[in-house]
Amino acid sequence: MASTTKVPLPVPGEPLKARGVATKTTKRSTRDGRGTRISAPLTIVMWVVVLIYALPLIWFLLSSFKPGSELFSYPLSILPREWTFQAFIDAWDRVDFARYFLNTAIVAISTTVLTVFFSACTGYALAKYDNRGTRIFFVCILATTMLPTEVILNPTFSVIRDLGLYNSLAGIIVPSVLTATGVFMFRQFFLTVPDDLLHSARIDGASELAIFFRIMLPLAKPILFTLAIFSFQWRWNDYIWPLIVLNDPKWYTLQVALRSIVGAENIDWPILLGASVISILPLVLVFAIFQKYVLNADVSAGLKD
Amino acid sequence: MSNPTLSPTQTPAPPSPGAVRSKSQQKRRNRYIVAPLILVSVNVVLFLLFFVWPGALGLLYSFTDYRGVGKLNFIGLANFQKLFGDGTFWAALSRTFIYTILSVPVIYASSLGVASLLVSKAVRGRTVAKIVIFLPWLISPIVVGVIWRWLFGQDFGFVNFVITGMGGNSVPWSSNGNLALGVVIMASAWAGTAFNMLLFIAALKNIPESLLEAAELDGANAWQRFRNVTLPAIAPTSFMVVLLSTIHAMKEFAMIQALTNGGPGTENTLIVQYIYKTGFEQSKVGYASAASMVLMVVLLIIALIQLRFNRKKG
Repeated sequence: MASTTKVPLPVPGEPLKARGVATKTTKRSTRDGRGTRISAPLTIVMWVVVLIYALPLIWFLLSSFKPGSELFSYPLSILPREWTFQAFIDAWDRVDFARYFLNTAIVAISTTVLTVFFSACTGYALAKYDNRGTRIFFVCILATTMLPTEVILNPTFSVIRDLGLYNSLAGIIVPSVLTATGVFMFRQFFLTVPDDLLHSARIDGASELAIFFRIMLPLAKPILFTLAIFSFQWRWNDYIWPLIVLNDPKWYTLQVALRSIVGAENIDWPILLGASVISILPLVLVFAIFQKYVLNADVSAGLKD
Repeated sequence: MSNPTLSPTQTPAPPSPGAVRSKSQQKRRNRYIVAPLILVSVNVVLFLLFFVWPGALGLLYSFTDYRGVGKLNFIGLANFQKLFGDGTFWAALSRTFIYTILSVPVIYASSLGVASLLVSKAVRGRTVAKIVIFLPWLISPIVVGVIWRWLFGQDFGFVNFVITGMGGNSVPWSSNGNLALGVVIMASAWAGTAFNMLLFIAALKNIPESLLEAAELDGANAWQRFRNVTLPAIAPTSFMVVLLSTIHAMKEFAMIQALTNGGPGTENTLIVQYIYKTGFEQSKVGYASAASMVLMVVLLIIALIQLRFNRKKG
């Protein structure tokens, strides 16, 4: 652990988890003892903040239900005078959304499956096998967060081209499989799994890989879900890889397609608003179903991608 | 940070019985090498292909006048010499620094502030509040740019409508470079709060309540408790948020493309966009790669400074 303990970035203390469990019970008891005092000023502050955060989104959503003629007619009204779905219909017709949705979904889903699986493998190896090789690779992965792809666009493009991945969805999927966050999330989780489990499985004669697949991977289910949602969001919203890899509009993902609307000389705002709202919907749906895996996740190991 | 992980290579597995002990131990040892190798192999290959190779290639390109096709023609340090005299490059780099220096504290303060409110039991309706503030996390940088462009449109935006409605003058949000950067900073804080807030919530919940209660009994007021108990306790998380936000700000690209496209003019062109424009739109691959190398060094220095700073404090 010599080299990893010096690097404080990815794991701010595994013991925290254990402590968290311990404090939870004490918290509950004090709360029961004193009862919960609600502070009106703090609650008001909180809700003002919530309103500030919600405002851009509310204005954006309400605008997308306005007819094109009403968007720029002064005085602006907060609620649409006439509610219409025309912007969404136009966006769906004019922009080849079905195709972009399909492309984006293919990329997001396949990358997510691969990322979760290989991050689990790597995270486990880094947590449970301590040798020079794994230690060096840990530092390598750490380096990828400090020196991201955005910095080396042109050479990355050359590599994609030389590998024959240019202008294909595989060109977005394959390079995105390795993510430092995913590896670190699993590594931190497996560090908290007691080694006794590993040792007793070994005594029982289980092979190393069988231990991983049959015992360790099922244990990591919560992390698996959390990373899956993270990864799906990263890939759904990814812009830089599709931008450099894709050339043919038939392979475009949603973000690149949106960018071509917003980058136009004269922005077609009704279409842009409708298209943007449509592009968010799948993620909102996924989030609505799986939100507990994100909001309640112990993301102390998480790094943004 | 010192977590005692038992390492299989250092602590030999429980001795297996029998005379073939040394042989079976040897086999075990090999397995400890082979098994992790299999497990990490795919990611090692990906790391070599999409990180080491482009990195090395970028370094190579930076010494050539490569334009995307043909042979590599080495020109020594000419790219770097030209780069250091290039006003547009310096403008982009310094604008990126200004953006980073301004946006990171805003993100830090907003995330920590929101997280503190959300863990306080004195606040009602925390679950709903948490979900609403988290929503921007779902929205892509491109759409974040669109949303804020729509909100702060100079002639059609809601904000200017409210300002003029209250008797003020229309604010030039997109034709004034500094105001445009201000909008970008607000948008980045709006979008960046969600994830960092989660990190802070996890950290704040891990502070032992007894510590805060003891401070309260000792007569510390809310600010003193925050300053002397909470802040030191969440220092590792603070460090991580600052480091990640800094790197994120230094490579900001998609959101600005949608929000201002580097405008007005090229005033708010940040460094990644500069590299993209030079390397792809003007296909000066060698020159853009030289700029990439400079940015790499800058990022490395930032990371090292912050690591050093963090270690000193810890």
